[in-house]
Amino acid sequence: MTQSGKNNIQKEGLKAPIIRIGVVHWIKANLFNGVFNSILTIVTLFLLYKVIPPFARWAFIDSLWFSSAEQCRAGSGACWSIIPANIRFILFGFYPHELHWRPFVAMIMLIGLLLYSKNRNHWNRSFGYIWIAGLSIMGILMKGGLFGLTPVDSDQWGGLPLTLMLSFFGMFAAYPLGVLLALGRRSQMPAVKTICILYIELIRGVPLISLLFMSAVLFPLFFPEGVTVNKIIRAQAAIILFTAAYIAEVVRGGLQAITRGQYEAAESLGLNYVQKMRLIVLPQALKIVIPPSVGILISAFKDTSLVVIIALYDVLKTTKSVLASPSWMGFSPEAYLFVALIYFVCCYSMSNYSRRLEKELQT
Amino acid sequence: MKLSKLWLLVMAVVVALSGAAFAGQTLDNVKAKGFVQVGVNGELFGFGKPDEKGVWRGLDVDTGRAIAVAVFGDANKIKFIPLTAVQRFTALQSGEIDVLCRNATQTLGRDTELGLDFAQVNYYDGQGFLVPKKLKIKRAKKLDGATVCVLPGTTTELNVADYFRLHKMKMKPVVIENTAELAKAFFAGRCDVLTSDASQLAGTRAVAPKPDDYIILPDIISKEPLAPAVRHGDNQWKDIVTYAVLAMIEAEELGINSKNVDEQLKSANPIVQRFLGVSPGNGKALGLDEKWAYNIVKQVGNYGEIFERNVGKNTPLKLQRGLNALWKNGGLMYSPPFK
Repeated sequence: MTQSGKNNIQKEGLKAPIIRIGVVHWIKANLFNGVFNSILTIVTLFLLYKVIPPFARWAFIDSLWFSSAEQCRAGSGACWSIIPANIRFILFGFYPHELHWRPFVAMIMLIGLLLYSKNRNHWNRSFGYIWIAGLSIMGILMKGGLFGLTPVDSDQWGGLPLTLMLSFFGMFAAYPLGVLLALGRRSQMPAVKTICILYIELIRGVPLISLLFMSAVLFPLFFPEGVTVNKIIRAQAAIILFTAAYIAEVVRGGLQAITRGQYEAAESLGLNYVQKMRLIVLPQALKIVIPPSVGILISAFKDTSLVVIIALYDVLKTTKSVLASPSWMGFSPEAYLFVALIYFVCCYSMSNYSRRLEKELQT
Repeated sequence: MKLSKLWLLVMAVVVALSGAAFAGQTLDNVKAKGFVQVGVNGELFGFGKPDEKGVWRGLDVDTGRAIAVAVFGDANKIKFIPLTAVQRFTALQSGEIDVLCRNATQTLGRDTELGLDFAQVNYYDGQGFLVPKKLKIKRAKKLDGATVCVLPGTTTELNVADYFRLHKMKMKPVVIENTAELAKAFFAGRCDVLTSDASQLAGTRAVAPKPDDYIILPDIISKEPLAPAVRHGDNQWKDIVTYAVLAMIEAEELGINSKNVDEQLKSANPIVQRFLGVSPGNGKALGLDEKWAYNIVKQVGNYGEIFERNVGKNTPLKLQRGLNALWKNGGLMYSPPFK
């Protein structure tokens, strides 16, 4: 209610009837404003009553948090103990146990850098250097071999750092590649155009799983003997190539949404192709396609869990591996809920940030 | 079915591409790299699975370690590569791994068409049935009309279908992808019987809400000799892998274990002397250090020790030796003489 409205009411001494503003009114207006809605409300309430108390009882009241597997088997509630008992393997996989602080610090750094990047005021020249420095430090922390750090082979990377790495570099490299492909597909040059169309359609025509499979199974055979490319890099390449094709189509949609007038105006200013795209067209087009591209990035993030089929131990696979040990077998709901929570936090913050970015850029 | 056809095609390409390109050089490659690359399961408790600290444990894992010890005298000069069922043979063909210790069943097809060579069997398994006691079923032939919980895409699925067809019985399969979920479905009563390799059934029964309510039927419906595999055509490497496994079996037969192996060095028995390399010969013949067998027993143990450590009575699997006992005790573990 506006200030003037309030004043009016005070002056005239009129108050809205209680039935129109109270809780009762809200309930009546929103939940019971018709026979159909009333039935829906009652059914929903009944379902909630049936589901929530048993769930709360299982998850919180009867649950065990720091017990052994045997105690869990005796209890009737959730066995959250599976998480603390195995947390280090779930999070870091095969990384040598006594060196777990290294991937941990690297992960914190990555998250810190991402949070720092949320503020657009930080996007200036030194921003790039900060990222480069940050990524190099993370690389050194993970890989070791410098500054007296024990070298750790990338075969031993796993868990959450691997998931974050695959998705971060996947998105980071796929986006520019996707933009280039989109521009290529709308190019006047027949060769470039054909190649881009072929690439996009070919990649979009096969599932990610088959690409990963190719990268893991067929790819090594095409190399000369003895030359093997790291499995993680192969999977990473497959994810980048796959995501880029989808980004390309989304960006192309944005490019088509820009009116002819904008292109012509840019040309009449005497801008060349690169200037036209960089200064006029892409800033507008990329802004339009924020929602769909974030959608693709989120699904790319979740798709990284498909690397299990080539036996990379991402956070989902390490969890499954824990569930395969006889003592913890059968506590899968607890473990999967935990992993779901990790995925949810990541995906939700991405979509949340994209909404904020959209609002900021709207002005 | 479609997938398996595609798979055959892929394998055909693989075999055509790789050919016999690896003859005789695996040992040199391994020595140049400084470690052995071993393909393992990754999810199979007792055979190949990391523990909560990320340390690899299992019968297949220890077999891999024995090979590393034979070559380098050091059980840590090894890299474990977890592989899925579909990846495992290509990983071997492409040279990504040097030896596959991933509970792979030796079959004629794999030994010939796939271009593999299976070394010494390190576990004799077979497919069995787990049933609730309350059904009062004592033999597998009484299972007519049962709903059967089974993992998809394995030889297990085929074996059980063959078995039911052979005995003119009907079955309703309940197919669930994941071992743990399969067990859960069985305990929840969604199927009458759970079928899997006998080594797995014991583990599944151990985690039942009430283990005593379930029995494993005595019938074993398939032969599953699990053996390490190497690429076809490199005989020297195959010999090393074969004798690394046999050394553990021979050590058990000779009564040598990781604790008494140092005393046994002083043994007057010429067989023991030859085995431990006190009197030389065996190492040179294989192209290895003369102490190779001593090192295996010292660092990994004899077959009985690795069996008990990974799958034996004091583990959740609680497996009996059965077929895997020494031949003297009625099993199949038999080593040719080391001379």
